[in-house]
Amino acid sequence: MANSPHKMLFHKRLEGPQTLGKGKGFWSGFLLVLAAACVYPLFADGYDVGNNVYFFNWVFMALGLCLIWGYGGILSFGQVAFFGIAGYCYGILTINWGAAYGLSLVALGLAVVVAGLVAALLGYFLFYGRINGVFLGIVTLSFTLVCERFMAQTAGPQWTVGTARLNGFNGMGGMPPLTIPWFGNDIILFPDVQLYYLILALLVAVYLGLRVLLNSRFGNVLVALRDNPERAEMLGYDIRRYQLTAFVIASMLAGLSGALYTAWGQYITPSSMGMTAAALPIIWVAVGGRGDITTTLVGTLLVLAGFQALTVYGSQYALVLMGALLVITVLAAPQGLVMGVVNLTTRLWRRFTKEARS
Amino acid sequence: MTTSTPILETQGLNKWFGGLHVTNEVDFRLDPGEIHCLIGPNGAGKSTLFKLLLGEHTPSAGRILFEGKEITIEPSFARIRRGISVKFQVPGIFKELRVHHNLEIALQRRLKGDALDAEIERLLGFLNLREQADKLAGALSHGQKQWLEIGMAVSLRPKLLLLDEPTAGMTPDETHATGEVIQALNAEGVTVLAVEHDMAFVRQIAQRVTVLHFGAVFAQGTIDEIVADDRVAAIYLGQGYD
Ligand SMILES: Nc1ncnc2c1ncn2[C@@H]1O[C@H](COP(=O)(O)OP(=O)(O)OP(=O)(O)O)[C@@H](O)[C@H]1O
Ligand SMILES: [Mg+2]
Repeated sequence: MANSPHKMLFHKRLEGPQTLGKGKGFWSGFLLVLAAACVYPLFADGYDVGNNVYFFNWVFMALGLCLIWGYGGILSFGQVAFFGIAGYCYGILTINWGAAYGLSLVALGLAVVVAGLVAALLGYFLFYGRINGVFLGIVTLSFTLVCERFMAQTAGPQWTVGTARLNGFNGMGGMPPLTIPWFGNDIILFPDVQLYYLILALLVAVYLGLRVLLNSRFGNVLVALRDNPERAEMLGYDIRRYQLTAFVIASMLAGLSGALYTAWGQYITPSSMGMTAAALPIIWVAVGGRGDITTTLVGTLLVLAGFQALTVYGSQYALVLMGALLVITVLAAPQGLVMGVVNLTTRLWRRFTKEARS
Repeated sequence: MTTSTPILETQGLNKWFGGLHVTNEVDFRLDPGEIHCLIGPNGAGKSTLFKLLLGEHTPSAGRILFEGKEITIEPSFARIRRGISVKFQVPGIFKELRVHHNLEIALQRRLKGDALDAEIERLLGFLNLREQADKLAGALSHGQKQWLEIGMAVSLRPKLLLLDEPTAGMTPDETHATGEVIQALNAEGVTVLAVEHDMAFVRQIAQRVTVLHFGAVFAQGTIDEIVADDRVAAIYLGQGYD
């Protein structure tokens, strides 16, 4: 035991019962993919890089949904509400403050915090009111649709916050992008290579952070209460507190997606909280495999890329195909398509190694 | 000793499910350190009484006290933290998680690091589940599930252990072994309240017995007094019970 116990513990929690992937093989693969992602902008043109930033933006919300739904067993239909709340927050703050002195980064942080506070309030009534199952889905969906309706009717000139016009259904635009102060020579993270690296770094941090969280005592309780909430409570766990905490973390991640998206496109509309928007994260997570954050991450990126490729033929077709994809997943691989592939290959690999041995 | 505070006490406890009076004016005292069995025909309200004690149901009327403190409306997890632990009638385990993981979740509030790993190992051996440690708990046999849940309940180091039909589905040997485990725990100071149908088992462990009938306390005494009571025999016979 040359390592300090603390280090051991942290290392141990990067892999564990709640996350797929362990050992040298997995982490070599992880580093390889990460290295590829790092050198990618050197070989791609700016438009494609910006496109990838767009994909990455959504993954935070998907990982959050995976946390509460896949691990906690709580299907929230309303994660896009927090996406929208944080997006509008970022817009209102940066339009008023500007982006100098790193204020756009402060606005990003505050937008995520506001999304977390709203989630804490809503979640308190949901979980301490012991609302669960399908009713929780209905309440969260209603919440996001109410947010959408509300923002959609803010077209009039009286709907301004400081200098920021909310602009109703047309959406709010013109907020500055993220800007890092740099010795009087600010780095503007316009949809481009710098923003790509910032978001890639955030993504890696969130992914690894979630792995550690999920394999910690907190994660143990989360999967325990998904499996048998009554038993979890009868082991002395205040399960509502765990559900609320997971919900708040998930919503802050949705908020992070929303604020980053708004900074990326300098644009946010009420329809980002609408019915279609609400359904999409559920499709990404279900198709990837909600039981694991890695399958969710991979699945989300694959589905987003597929969706993008299909919109060339018209977004209606793409949406119908998304729906079809969800139905196929539910019928053929209820644990998720990426998860299904993972399970199949491990089973084949085991059989193969067994035969090789005998 | 006679005036010591009961570890658990109910005062005028009642529960209605709609028009169904499932718990009827139950005044019940459990002395610290005893093994007490709760018997009664099917549907007598034994499991419901447990759920009231644990806060899974709220009483329609009456009070519940643990070590002299009122816990009538306290949430379940808080009662557990006071020192109550339970094994349910329907096996309450984490079916989708592995056996050792089940134990880890039960133990992690009390232990961590190497001490946690050591205790999991010890419990696996004690429960005879070492070979099943990596199996999903849902894949265990019925008896093994019962054992696992008893192990999880015990691992909280409770002052009061509630067991709802702990030996259902066990072979006579397993039943007897369970009785010995309960007696060993009791010797360490754990108070036990067990619901049981198996009279041989009740005879093996019980120091006092309470008979519940239509939700009310029907009789109370030693096992010999209860067996000798014709009225008790009658309610069981009335149900065609053996
Ligand atoms: N949640 C509920 N709602 C309505 N009625 C209930 C509920 N739970 C139990 N009952 C009824 O209350 C009565 C007592 O049930 P309970 O489970 O407490 O009996 P029991 O003594 O544990 O029986 P058994 O020996 O079969 O386990 C039964 O008639 C049952 O149908
Ligand atoms: Mg019962």
